[in-house]
Order: sequence, then C-alpha cells, then structure tokens
Amino acid sequence: MNADNKKDRRRSGQSGEVLLEIHGLRIEGQSEDVWHEIVKGIDLTLRRGEVLGLIGESGAGKSTIGLAAMGYARPGCRISAGEIRFDGVDLSKASEDEKRKIWGARIAYVAQSAAAAFNPAHILLSQYAEAPLTHGLMGESEVKREAVDLFRRLQLPNPEQIGFRYPHQVSGGQLQRAMTAMAMSCRPDLIIFDEPTTALDVTTQIEVLAAIKDIVRQFNTAAIYITHDLAVVAQMADRIMVLRYGELVEEAPTRRMLTDPQQPYTKSLWAVRALRKDEERSDDTILRVDGVDASYGGMITVLSGVTVRVPRGRTVAVVGESGSGKSTLARVITGLLPPAKGEITFEGKRLPPALKDRSKDQLRRLQMIYQMPDTALNPRRRVRDIIGRPVQHFLGLGGAARHRRVRELLEMIELDDRFLERLPAELSGGQKQRVCIARALATEPDLIICDEVTSALDQIVAEEILKLLLRLQKELGVSYLYITHDLATVKAIADEIVVMYQGKVVQSGPKSEVLRPPQHAYTELLLSSVPEMDPDWLDSLLTKRGQTRTEARPA
Amino acid sequence: MTTGLDHEAPSAGPVILAEAQPLKTRRSLWSRVTRELRHAPVSALFGLVVILLYVFVAVFAPVLAPYGESQVVGDQYEVWSDKFFFGTDQLGRDMLSRLIYGARNTIGIALLTTALSFMIGGLLGLLSATLRGWIDQLLGRFVDVLMAIPQLIFALVLLSIFGSSLLNLILIIAVLDSTRVFRLTRAVAVNVAVMDFIEAARLQGEGLGWIMTREILPNILPPLIAEFGLRFCFVFLTIAALSFLGLGIQPPTADWGSMVRENATLITYGDITPLLPAGAIALLTVAVNFVVDWFLHKTSGLKDER
Repeated sequence: MNADNKKDRRRSGQSGEVLLEIHGLRIEGQSEDVWHEIVKGIDLTLRRGEVLGLIGESGAGKSTIGLAAMGYARPGCRISAGEIRFDGVDLSKASEDEKRKIWGARIAYVAQSAAAAFNPAHILLSQYAEAPLTHGLMGESEVKREAVDLFRRLQLPNPEQIGFRYPHQVSGGQLQRAMTAMAMSCRPDLIIFDEPTTALDVTTQIEVLAAIKDIVRQFNTAAIYITHDLAVVAQMADRIMVLRYGELVEEAPTRRMLTDPQQPYTKSLWAVRALRKDEERSDDTILRVDGVDASYGGMITVLSGVTVRVPRGRTVAVVGESGSGKSTLARVITGLLPPAKGEITFEGKRLPPALKDRSKDQLRRLQMIYQMPDTALNPRRRVRDIIGRPVQHFLGLGGAARHRRVRELLEMIELDDRFLERLPAELSGGQKQRVCIARALATEPDLIICDEVTSALDQIVAEEILKLLLRLQKELGVSYLYITHDLATVKAIADEIVVMYQGKVVQSGPKSEVLRPPQHAYTELLLSSVPEMDPDWLDSLLTKRGQTRTEARPA
Repeated sequence: MTTGLDHEAPSAGPVILAEAQPLKTRRSLWSRVTRELRHAPVSALFGLVVILLYVFVAVFAPVLAPYGESQVVGDQYEVWSDKFFFGTDQLGRDMLSRLIYGARNTIGIALLTTALSFMIGGLLGLLSATLRGWIDQLLGRFVDVLMAIPQLIFALVLLSIFGSSLLNLILIIAVLDSTRVFRLTRAVAVNVAVMDFIEAARLQGEGLGWIMTREILPNILPPLIAEFGLRFCFVFLTIAALSFLGLGIQPPTADWGSMVRENATLITYGDITPLLPAGAIALLTVAVNFVVDWFLHKTSGLKDER
C-alpha cells in the first residue's frame, strides 16, 4: 500500500541523523500593547530517536519553545527571529498549508491536561482517527486495527473496547495514555510532550511515564519532553536543557547533568529536593478527629471512621491520591461539611460540627490556606485590606494599630511595605501564597490547615514557602495539618504522617515509622511511586513491580 | 481567556523577589480612562458623544429651550419656521422646547426606574447566589412566573389596575424589569460564590452582608454595569411604548413617546415632525448599545484572536 511505503520510507531515516534544528529562536509576547521578548535566542538540535528534556520554572519559556518547534506561536505571541528547520523545511517561514500537512502527521503534540484536550462529545476512537484520516495515511479499518494495537502497547485496559468510550468514561491516567496513542497514530518523527503527567497522581504518573517511555523507544520517535519536575525528566530524557527567563542556562546529557551540574542555578534546582526536617514528637494534643464519617448529600460516603490527632506545635501530613478524602477531611474540620458521625475535639473541647454554630474565638483559632492562591484571594481587594480585615474583625484593632499589625504580618511573610497597595493580580504565585499565609496568621491561630499549598507553585518557590511555614511554626508555635500528595513535601515538613486511601486512614504515626518498612501495602505503593533523581529508577522499579503492579492496591 | 503573560512574569525566590520582579506601576484612573478612550473604536466614541450630548440637554433644558415645557405659544401644527424651529404640536406648543424637556423627563424617569430595578434584582440575585438552598429556589420560581407573562401586557394590566401615576409607572416597570437583573446577577454571582476566597471569608466568620457587598459584588460589577446600559434602553423603550399607548407619562409633561402619538396624524400629510421624538429615542438606544458593546468587550476579556 502506498501509505505503508510512505511510512517505511520515513522510518528508514537513520537514528542519529539531525531531525530538528533551531537557530537563534526569539519569540515575543504581547501584553498591554507592548511586545516583550519571552524567548531570547535559543539554539536546539534534536536527532532522530532522541528525547530532549526541557526544564525550568513557569515563565522560563518551555512551552513556548515546545510549540515553536512545530512552527506555532500562541495567540498574542510571535516568532520574531530565528530558524526552525524540521527535516529540511524551515517551519518559521512555511505557509499554513505546509505546516498543516506536517502537524499531526510528522510532529504531534501531547498537552498537559488530556481532559481539556479531548472533545467530550466524541468517543476516543473517532478522535484518534481524525489525524490519520485527514492526512490520508490509512483507511478506516486500518486505523481501527492500529488504534487497538497502540492502546495495547500503551497498556490501556480492554484495548478493543476502550476506543468506544467517551473521554469522561476513562480515568485521567488512561486519558493521557489515549492522547499519547493519538499523537502516535501517524507514527510521527517528533512528539512534543508538554507536562503530560503534571496533573496526575504519583501512582498514576508512573503508569503514564512507563507507557510513554516504552512507546517512544519502540517506534524510535524523537521527543521533546517539557516538565518542571526534575525527577521525571531524569527518567525520560537522553539530554536535558535547563531554561530560565527564556534563555538557556545549561545543556548536557542526562547523567552528566544530574551528577555534575555546572551552573549555580542548576545546582539550586537540584538542591530543592534535599530539604528535610527532623521529626519532633509531642503528646500535647490540639486537635483530635474521632471516628468521623462524612458524605456529600448523604449518598456517597467520602470518609469512614477517620481518626487523626494533631499535636500542638507540630505538623501532621495527610497524604493520599486524589479522591482519597484528604480535602473532605479539611472541610469536616473547618465545619463546612458537618460529619455524619464522630466528633472533633479542639483544645480538649468538643467543636460544634457546623460552621455557623462555632464561636468567633473558635473560628479565629482555626485557619486555612488553600491550594490555588489565585482563587483564594479576592482579585478586587488590595493586600492591605485582605490582611487588615481579619486583624480588625478578630483582634478589634483599627486605624494606626491595624496598620502596624498589617506591616508586622507582611514582615513575617518576608514582603515589604510596597506590597500594601497591590492587587492580587500584581503579585507572583509565591507572593500570593505568602499573602494567604499572612491572612491566616492575622487572626493569631493555633492550627492552620494547609491544603496542598505548594502544589501549584514552582519547585524553588515551593521550597521558600515550606521554609517560611517551618520558620513560622518555630517562632509562633502554630500547628499544621498539611494535606498533600507530594511525598517530597512530606519529608520536608512533617512530624507525623496520616496515609489515606478511599476515605479511610490506612496508616498513621510518626514520620520515621511510616516511611520505614514494614508498611501497609498502599503506603508502600505510594512511597515507591515518587520519582527519584536516578535515571534508572523507573526501569528498575518497573522490573521490581513486574506484573503484580496493580495487586498492591488494597481493595 | 486570561492573557497568560501575567503568569510568565519571573517568580524568583523571595529574598531576591522584591527586586527581581519589575514593579507594575498602576496608572491613575484619569490616565487609564484617557488611554482607553484613545484606543476605543469609532462606534463607542460616537455613542459616548451622543450620550453626553443628551445628558447636557437634559440637565440644561430650561436654559436651552426657547419656550416653556407646556406653554402654548402658537397655533396648532405650525410648520417649521425661524420662530418655531420644528413647528408646533397639536396644542400649539413649541416642538423643539418639548423635545428638549422630553430628554429630561424620559431619560430621568428611565434612569430612576433602571436604578430601582437594579437595586431590587441585584440584591435578590446576590442573596440567591450566596445563600442557595430554598431561598434560591423560591426566588427563582417566583421570577419564572413573572417572566412568563409578556412584560408590556403585564405592565398595561397593572397600570390600569393601580392607575397610571408617575410613581406607579416607575415601581411597576422597575419590579417587572428586575426579574432580568435578578437572573443575570444570580448567574454571575454563583460563579464567584464558589471561589476559595468566599470560603475563606466564611471561615473567618464574615457575615452575609460583607460577603455579598465586599467579596462578591466588586467581582461581578463589570457585567452588571454593561447590563445597566442595556436595561436602561429597554426601560426607556417600555416607557416610550406605554406613553405612546397613553398609559405612561401623562400630559402635559413632555415625553417623547406621547409626543409621537399626539402628532402622529401629521405623517399622513407628509410632515416628518412626529419622527423627531422617535428618532431621539432610537439614537439614544443605539448610542448606549455602542458604548455597552465596547465596555463588555473590554471587561469580559474577549480579545480578538489573530
């Protein structure tokens, strides 16, 4: 068949031959009618079959470069200079028609959020088939056969049937793999992965990483893998480029980059993962949750028999994958969702289950910090008012006393007076989260519930926030109930750990005990799923887990 | 779509972060307004000029008008002349003067009615969105019932029951119109009410009033302001229509709707005078719509994709 010949010819390209070459790439972005340079002269070479990792914080220009490798600039961005040579064609000058022929067929793109990238109104198979059919590479029956084959290679359950499901009928991890299959459908020469596992749980992430790594290897596809997670890129890439502010910081083969980073910025990135806290114990209990059952609308039980103890001045980390009931636990403690059974004791006294029955003092002593600082701050109020309001409301301070207190709080979160008059939109992600912390501290609380407070932030910024939380605990003696799915964070901040799975506490105790075997099977699965900086980690883990991988999950 | 570029701002560690992040200077209100105006499309500028002109005429009506509002100064239906610029009406009152006073009455009453309808609809909409539960259901269904009856006919029925005094006119139209305001306010406020910062405010023991007016309202203001412009047009048209039907603003008060009706017979003789008040109504409606379109485009973040 003609299509087969075409495919074969393409596959015959020698591994090691240069596939993509970018020279002096400059990209500008528009904000408020002014063009700013966001990518400042990047050179990049990618050979066939090679996987290149792009890492950096948000705003480093990773995604912009990834898209530019396809000759595409997002609305509001433009490629202002440079050459993007893909297999002999300069994509920066190619016409839309030329590019459309290449996109999907020879260069494919896998986006961060598969859930948002799939059309919810069509079954997976018809979305899979779109590219090969439009490009006229295969007939319909062949597409179906290929799809089943790819689904099987990507270890999707029920490869014959899954194509007939709608996107909402499969899990996030499966969807991300289906998207990889879709990218693979035309056997492209190059795939761009833009943070494909960032939105997934660690336990799911592994499956997707393994599937991607495997299939890229099988088809000898070149890939650009964009992520901010160093441990992930260490598993996937042959070579790593570290970016910052749209400029290249350092480039080296993965192993050399991991063992011997040259630039101070790269070294600081590496150091982030090393934050550790020695555990301290305390018998003085500030909060006790006793045998709590909770459900939404009385139908679906989200928590059953949850018992948690938070010692005074210490940090208890609640870990578990999404859907394990971590955030519901926070809602029960704060009184937003009164429990169906069980009770909550705060400072030895029983806490009224519903928010509206709690006294002002009880509200004052229990505060909360949220995952997304963007939605946790009212975009129309200034920092002065955001922090000043609780000071006035709970401590009854006004005028100059209030102003003094607000400035003290700003100092505590390491921001200066210039931030008083700013709106949340004028702050960076880390600064916003600091303001959230200050708002919680303004009431002089005894316990702060932190709901994934660092997961929306870059690693370096997250590290600073964790250090700030630790310092504040030391100075003010405040206790934390820290909800997270990231075990690196747990190691950095926790004294005690509570592991939750499907609404139940499967294991709890001091950090050292929970992290040390023997563990509950789920704890072990969770712990072993956290990527490590060793490039051989994924392969060795998969060999170790073998075929029994899914059996480790408790029923 | 948010521009995304805000997020691209370098976020360095806090030690250096105060320095590393370029301080976005806020422009003063005036300079922002003039800047926006310079970039405004022609249609919006035209709308603004027309609206300002109407407001000017309405405010300075006694100064601008050559004769009194209901002063009989000539014969019936006099033709356009130097003495009576647009001629006279069926009672011999100066048409130009009545047009000028009409701006004052018609716009003033429409503005008052719209403001009242926003107070009622906005308050109830905010309450519904914040409290949810049975209050939301009750108000929502009640509004459904009101909206099921065609507005103009409902207003006609109510006006003939309660009598067509000015106060009744304003109250009835405001209440009937507030149903639309309720719907919009509730819809946009519900989106804000589920945000984390509302939950944070509740956890800090803030009362209903505070959450409604300080946390939610500022965030839904842009669509409400735009809606105010549109509703003003509808109220304006409703009043004009009611006046035309004889149940709106009562004589001798000058009002564009009744002016059309009173002089309608002239059309048969090929005189375009009755079209002048009609044109005044149309022009203002178009102008307000232009401005609202532009304002919505600016505030809703709808940007042209190139």
